[in-house]
Amino acid sequence: MKTLSGRIFNISNTVILILLAFLCLFPLINILAVSLSSSTAASAGEVSLWPVDFTWESYDFVIQKPEFLRSLGISVERVLLGTMLNMILTITLAYPLSKESASFSGRLFYVWFFVLTMLVSGGLIPWYIVIQKLHLLGTIWALILPGAVNVFNAVLLLNFYRGLPREIEEAAFVDGAGHWKILWSIYVPLSMPAIATLILFSMVGHWNSWFDGLILMNSPEKYPLQSYMQTVVINRDLSLVSMADANSLGDISDRTLKSAQIFLAALPIICVYPFLQRFFIKGVVVGSVKE
Amino acid sequence: MIKPKIRRQLPLHLMVAPSFILVLIFSYGPIVGLMIAFQKFSIVKGMFGSPFVGWDNFDYMFKLPEIWQVIRNTVGISIMKIAAGLVVPILVALLLNEVRKQAFKRWIQTMIYLPHFLSWIILGGVLIDILSPTSGIVNQFLGLFGIEPIFFLGNAHWFPVVVVISDVWKEFGFSTIVYLAALAGINPALYEAAVIDGANRWKQTLHITLPGMIPIIILLVTLSLGNVLNAGFDQIFNLYSPVVYESGDIIDTLVYRLGLEQAQYSLATAVGLIKSVVSIVLISGSYYLAYRAANYRIF
Repeated sequence: MKTLSGRIFNISNTVILILLAFLCLFPLINILAVSLSSSTAASAGEVSLWPVDFTWESYDFVIQKPEFLRSLGISVERVLLGTMLNMILTITLAYPLSKESASFSGRLFYVWFFVLTMLVSGGLIPWYIVIQKLHLLGTIWALILPGAVNVFNAVLLLNFYRGLPREIEEAAFVDGAGHWKILWSIYVPLSMPAIATLILFSMVGHWNSWFDGLILMNSPEKYPLQSYMQTVVINRDLSLVSMADANSLGDISDRTLKSAQIFLAALPIICVYPFLQRFFIKGVVVGSVKE
Repeated sequence: MIKPKIRRQLPLHLMVAPSFILVLIFSYGPIVGLMIAFQKFSIVKGMFGSPFVGWDNFDYMFKLPEIWQVIRNTVGISIMKIAAGLVVPILVALLLNEVRKQAFKRWIQTMIYLPHFLSWIILGGVLIDILSPTSGIVNQFLGLFGIEPIFFLGNAHWFPVVVVISDVWKEFGFSTIVYLAALAGINPALYEAAVIDGANRWKQTLHITLPGMIPIIILLVTLSLGNVLNAGFDQIFNLYSPVVYESGDIIDTLVYRLGLEQAQYSLATAVGLIKSVVSIVLISGSYYLAYRAANYRIF
C-alpha cells in the first residue's frame, strides 16, 4: 500500500478517473457555455468551457417562445398523468402476481400473458394502426395509455413484495383485512423505497420520450418538449426560418438558441438526478435478490 | 367449496383487470395486426378488409436494393456496441474499485452516470453541435494539430465510429453498476490471503478480481446476443441523414421510412416481422445459454 509503485498507481488512477469524468461532462458544459455566449463568439467557435461575452439573451428569447412553452406544458401534463397511471397499474398488478399459485389460481396464466409481451411485439406499424383505430391520435392519451403497463417494473416490484415478511399479511388477514386493504395499508407503505425509485424512473421515461409524440400527435402544436426539440434541434427545419430574423434582434444566433433549448430540456433531469441517484443504487438491485 | 374461493380471489382478478385490458389492446392488438404483413393493406379497407397476398411482401423485401446493406449495418453497429460496451465499463469498474476514498468514488460515479438519463434528443443535439465542421469544439480542437475539419455526421466512414463512441459515452458509466456489484461480492478473505502470499495489487486484480467477474461477464455477453438486431433506433434516427445511409441505415430506421414516410404499411410490417422472429430466436437462445452457463433466470 505504502510502496512507491502503489502510490504512483493511486495518483494515476485518480487522474485517469477525473479525466474520464471530465470528458463525460465536457460536451454538456460546452453546450451550456455556448448558450450563454454571444452569437459572434459562438459562430467563431471561440467558446469551450466558459461563456465568451456572457449574455442571457438566448434564454430570454427561448422562455418567451410560445412553441417552447406550449410543448413544455404538454410534457409536464404527460409526466404527471403518465407517472400516476403507471404507478397505480404497477402497484396493483404486482400484488396479485406476487401471490403463490395456490392462493391465486389464475396467476400462472397472467404471468405468461404479461411476460410474453416483453418478448413479442407487433412492431411499429401495427402498433400505430391500433392507436389510430382507437382514435387516440392527437390526444394526450396516445402518449400515456400504450405504455401505461410496464411489465418490467411490475416484475421488480413483485420481487420486492415477495421479500416482505409474510407474517404481517397473515396477521392482517386474520384481523379481517381484505386484499385491497392489505395492499394499501401494508404493502404500499412498506415498499416505499422501491416505489419511489419506480416513480422517478417513470418520470424520467415520460420526460425523455420523443418518438411517440412525433408520430402520434399529428400537429406540432401538440408535441411534447422532446418531440418539439427533435424537429427544431435535430431536424434543422421549419420554425428555424424565423430564427434568421431573430438574429437581428440581438446577440443570439441559431447555435446559441439551440444550445439554450438543449440545456433547458436537460435541466429537469439534472435537477431530479441527485434524488434519482440516491435511490437507484438501491433501486437497481431491488427485486434482484430471490429466496 | 368453490364459491368462497372465488370470492376470496375476486379482488386479485380485479387488480389485474385494468392492466390486462390495456396490454390486450396495446400489446396483443398489434400482434394480431402483424397479419397485415401478409396483406396488400390499405387504410381504407382496414385490417379485415384488405386482400391477402401470401409471402409477396417478403419476396419484395428481399429484393429491396438496400436490404443487405441495412442488415450488415445493423449487425455491424450492434456488435461493435456490444464489444465496446463491455470492455470500457469493466475497465472503469476495475479502476473505481481501486479507489479507497469513498467520497471521491461517489463523485466520479455521479458524473459518469449522468448521460444515461438524458434522451438521445438532448445528446443528439449536443453531438450535432460539438461535431459541427464549422464551429464545433471537436474540430476546433483537431484544428490545433493542423487537422482539417471533419464532417463526422456527414461522412459514411466516420458515422458508425461516432455512433459507437457516443453510445459508450451515454452508457459506460451506468453499466459499471453491475460490475461494481459483482466486485463487491468477492470474498475479502481472498485478498487477505493474496497479500500474505505477497501478491501486489496488479496480481490481485489478475488472479482474484478478474476471475471473480467472469460469471457476470459471461452472463451479460450472452444476454446481449439477443440484441444483435437492435442497433439503437433512437440514437441513429437523430444523427443520420441520407448521406450516411450506406453505413448508418439500420433495420429500424428502414422500417420507419418505409412505413411512416412512404406509407408502405405491409412492407414495413413484413420487415419488422422478420426482425422480431429472428430476435425472438436469438433472445430465447441466449436466455437458454445464460441459464446453462450462469444459472440465470429472470424470475
